[in-house]
Amino acid sequence: MEKYITTPITEEVTEKLTFGDYVLITGSMYVARDAAHNRMLEALGRGEGLPIDIADATIYYMGPSPAREGRPIGSAGPTTASRMDKYAPTLLDLGQKAMIGKGKRTKEVVDAIVRNRAVYLAAVGGAGALLSKCIVKSELVCYGDLGAEAVLKIEVKDFPAIVVIDRDGNNLYEMAAEGKFR
Amino acid sequence: MIRSVSTEVITEQIKEMCYEANHYLSEDMDRAFKHAVREEQSEIGRKILNQLQENLRIAGEDRIPICQDTGMAVVFLEIGQDVHFEGESLEDAVNEGVRRGYTEGYLRKSVVRDPILRENTNDNTPAVIHYSIVPGDRVKITFAPKGFGSENMSRIFMLKPSDGMEGVKHAVLTAVADAGPNACPPMVVGVGIGGDFEKAAILAKKALTRDVGERSEIPYVCELENELLERVNALGIGPGGLGGSVSALAVNVNTYPTHIAGLPVAVNICCHVNRHAVRVI
Repeated sequence: MEKYITTPITEEVTEKLTFGDYVLITGSMYVARDAAHNRMLEALGRGEGLPIDIADATIYYMGPSPAREGRPIGSAGPTTASRMDKYAPTLLDLGQKAMIGKGKRTKEVVDAIVRNRAVYLAAVGGAGALLSKCIVKSELVCYGDLGAEAVLKIEVKDFPAIVVIDRDGNNLYEMAAEGKFR
Repeated sequence: MIRSVSTEVITEQIKEMCYEANHYLSEDMDRAFKHAVREEQSEIGRKILNQLQENLRIAGEDRIPICQDTGMAVVFLEIGQDVHFEGESLEDAVNEGVRRGYTEGYLRKSVVRDPILRENTNDNTPAVIHYSIVPGDRVKITFAPKGFGSENMSRIFMLKPSDGMEGVKHAVLTAVADAGPNACPPMVVGVGIGGDFEKAAILAKKALTRDVGERSEIPYVCELENELLERVNALGIGPGGLGGSVSALAVNVNTYPTHIAGLPVAVNICCHVNRHAVRVI
């Protein structure tokens, strides 16, 4: 089912999302991948705060290519989410509500999704040019020295994604792997 | 007769190929993709394939890379034995081409100098270069930048001779099923059978650069490619891993003699873009 949603993706929003839903997201979200997650968790480990507002946050696992003149961002498709599995449960327990990436997640992440009534969405892997056009604004939040792995805040309009793991832990990928759509 | 080739020409060609491979689908992949759009049975699968077609159009028209992971530069150089290179070292010339291509072409710099210390080199060098010496006086360059969403799902299996053909099929299907949505399906699967540990891996990588519409000339390998493609598609992974009948666009298998005690099988998985550009100088 096609649904239009706006950020922040709160629990009221995730309650209405079911695995397999095709959503078009409008609003703001953070961008962070491997190195940025590692730094954020290290900061927490030292007892410091996070550089982002984690309450009801949506994090897009992505590292863009450089923007050409006049464009907010370069190619901007999702990266493999499983590399963030080590960090995601901690951030979900702190209030993050939505993750956007591609690929499988561990049981620990699924458990954290259910525990926090969160959601995992997939954007289409390898559609970086198309998704770039849905991003209207991009600004650096922190860790600029990480280059393509810096934390960004982006504004998106009708950004397409599919609900893969919903708040109850239903998993679209597992159903695909079981051949339910053959 | 010895033929001289300036390494500056190599640099310039590689630079252009960085842009080409990251913005345009190769002709063989384009044909395979259009075939997939006609074949896909699931509604969500068709929707994803249509998005990917639209993505390709935008990439070419707006000069935005097809994928943000513009890859680690993999270069196959097949050098005629009658070629003499003039200028700087060939390796430096290749890396200079990558440096210029990625910096001037707005491509992502995805290479770290050390696998543990992980400091970005900021120009996407060095490339992974495979050299081979062949008859003739030409230089064939195959440029195949490799994204790591799919590279991370690649596997090598050191099978026993007694595992035979069934063992090979099981290995390939295991690797593909494990890769699932992570490898940006519909995938292209490169398989290397034989040689030793590293030879099998290089055979698999090279198999990805073979025309996806052409089957092996060896009859049993051709049959194996067809059967594996059918069985991979029957896994139901589908475009984007969201379920469907097109999970792979091709399975390309390359073989090589091996040891009496071994049956190495490498499975190099690639995404639906399977970037490769070829030029002959």
